[in-house]
Amino acid sequence: MSKVLMKGNEAVGAAAIAAGCRYFFGYPITPQSEVPEYLSRELPKVGGVFVQAESEVAAINMVYGAAGAGGRVLTSSSSPGIALKQEGISYLAGAELPCVIVDMMRGGPGLGSIQPSQTDYFLATRGGGNGDYRLLVLAPSDVQELVDLIMLGFDLADEYRNPVMVLGDGMIGQMMEPVEFKEDLKREAPEKPWATTGTKGARKPNIINSLYLEAELLEEHNHHLQAKYEKMREKEVRVETYNIEDADLVFAAYGTTARIVKTAIAKLEEEGYKVGLIRPITLFPYPYDAFKNINPNCKGILTVEMNAGQMLDDVKIAVEGKIPTHFYGRTGGMVPGPAEIADKAREILGGGR
Amino acid sequence: MLNDRRIRIITGHYGSGKTEFSINYAIKLSELNKKVALCDLDVVNLYFRSREKEDILKEKGIRVIASSMRGNAVDIPAISSEVLAPIEDKSYDAVFDVGGDPAGARTLGRYKPFLKEEDYDMFIVVNANRPETMTKEKVLEYIVKIEDTSRLKVTGLINNTHMLKQTKLEDVLKGYELANEVSLATGLDIKYNVCLEALKEQLPTNLKGEIFPIKLYMREEWMI
Repeated sequence: MSKVLMKGNEAVGAAAIAAGCRYFFGYPITPQSEVPEYLSRELPKVGGVFVQAESEVAAINMVYGAAGAGGRVLTSSSSPGIALKQEGISYLAGAELPCVIVDMMRGGPGLGSIQPSQTDYFLATRGGGNGDYRLLVLAPSDVQELVDLIMLGFDLADEYRNPVMVLGDGMIGQMMEPVEFKEDLKREAPEKPWATTGTKGARKPNIINSLYLEAELLEEHNHHLQAKYEKMREKEVRVETYNIEDADLVFAAYGTTARIVKTAIAKLEEEGYKVGLIRPITLFPYPYDAFKNINPNCKGILTVEMNAGQMLDDVKIAVEGKIPTHFYGRTGGMVPGPAEIADKAREILGGGR
Repeated sequence: MLNDRRIRIITGHYGSGKTEFSINYAIKLSELNKKVALCDLDVVNLYFRSREKEDILKEKGIRVIASSMRGNAVDIPAISSEVLAPIEDKSYDAVFDVGGDPAGARTLGRYKPFLKEEDYDMFIVVNANRPETMTKEKVLEYIVKIEDTSRLKVTGLINNTHMLKQTKLEDVLKGYELANEVSLATGLDIKYNVCLEALKEQLPTNLKGEIFPIKLYMREEWMI
């Protein structure tokens, strides 16, 4: 298929359908409302089900039901709505149910604003719900990558029997960009022998549950979950790096911010500065190892985020105190420009080229 | 441009490029020493609206009329009563940047009693790279729905087929073919073929409609 122009939120819907998703449960909220709008129109055409639930809490529990029955299920929202879904997400993780959850982040805390932000990094990677659980967290930097990661997300969710969060922001959701749907990425959901599809009298009933009445059994279940998260750490790290072996300053940024940082890098390189970039594509598992390849004489790592410094914690874990860490962030829905990011870099580099 | 009627209403599918066209059109009018008002009637989408570029437009002497509710994060479909000013005051040349889809065109219904046929043109923006307006049939459906919702008549077509900063000549020509099919089916003229400044010399000179080179005001430096 040739390239078409799509808005990020529409592309989420189109990618989900291409990935074999046939169930969507959600509730509108700016800046992601085009996702339900698109799917309400398009899912019925492919025999799918679209339900606008009465609330985000209801929607995530519908996801639980449909995922338990073996469907490929999507829900989407923006920050305050994702906050509401946290209890259900913990239950999905506990019951090992695959689904894809899209968060087009907006300014917070509270109702905040409708403008883009990256303030849900903690929520996505540390778990906003209760219990020791992890989500696979994918962070696209443009609309094409959003499409590819949505499709990959459904596969990863099924492979690990785990919820996958695609963490975008208002900019990714609202921005129009060229996209291509790669035919070879079209997939069908695998067999799910654990799903509650009816015994037909031929087997014992499958039970989908996150409640354990004996501590030993729950601990055993937790060991199983932790082993699964360890396997994700081994196999699913995705990261883009640029010029980190040679750089005097390395940027760390993901999503929209990484795009803006790349423009800042081009400016700095024109002036003769040696700068690099680590762009995590998976936020869990985090690409800690990529930081080991940074030039040991590097003067610092500059983390840039649309928040007050959340991924910064992971950068600090990654560098183990060996390289000074710096931060530049905008909040409230303000999007940083390349010039202000370049200014901050020059300040750290102190004019030394 | 000067042959267009005094009030130019820009409609179409959302994401087709109405706002970029409207801003460029308003600026070109102001460069012809016209007294210009740009009315942002977009109540559908809250990102990438022409009111975000108020500073640039004001600098060029363009009156920007949007919501009476100030604030870039205001998620309320409120339009200023001031919109009537350039409709009634005939010294103005007005550009109406309307929200996408029939849903966006609904705001126009309110001005139906004030808009006289001889006073307005309503152009529909055609973008053959948008999945919902890729075929003649789909564009025709949009025209009917937008006319029904707005209770106004579409009077011309704008070929604005692009790939943002990556637009090639082939994109514009593909859009021209589609616009031409729609033109033959409806009798509506192609008024403009929109292209990036850099492409204008490459376009064939025998196209129906004016070549309309634009700058991309809504795309930040870091965007494609």
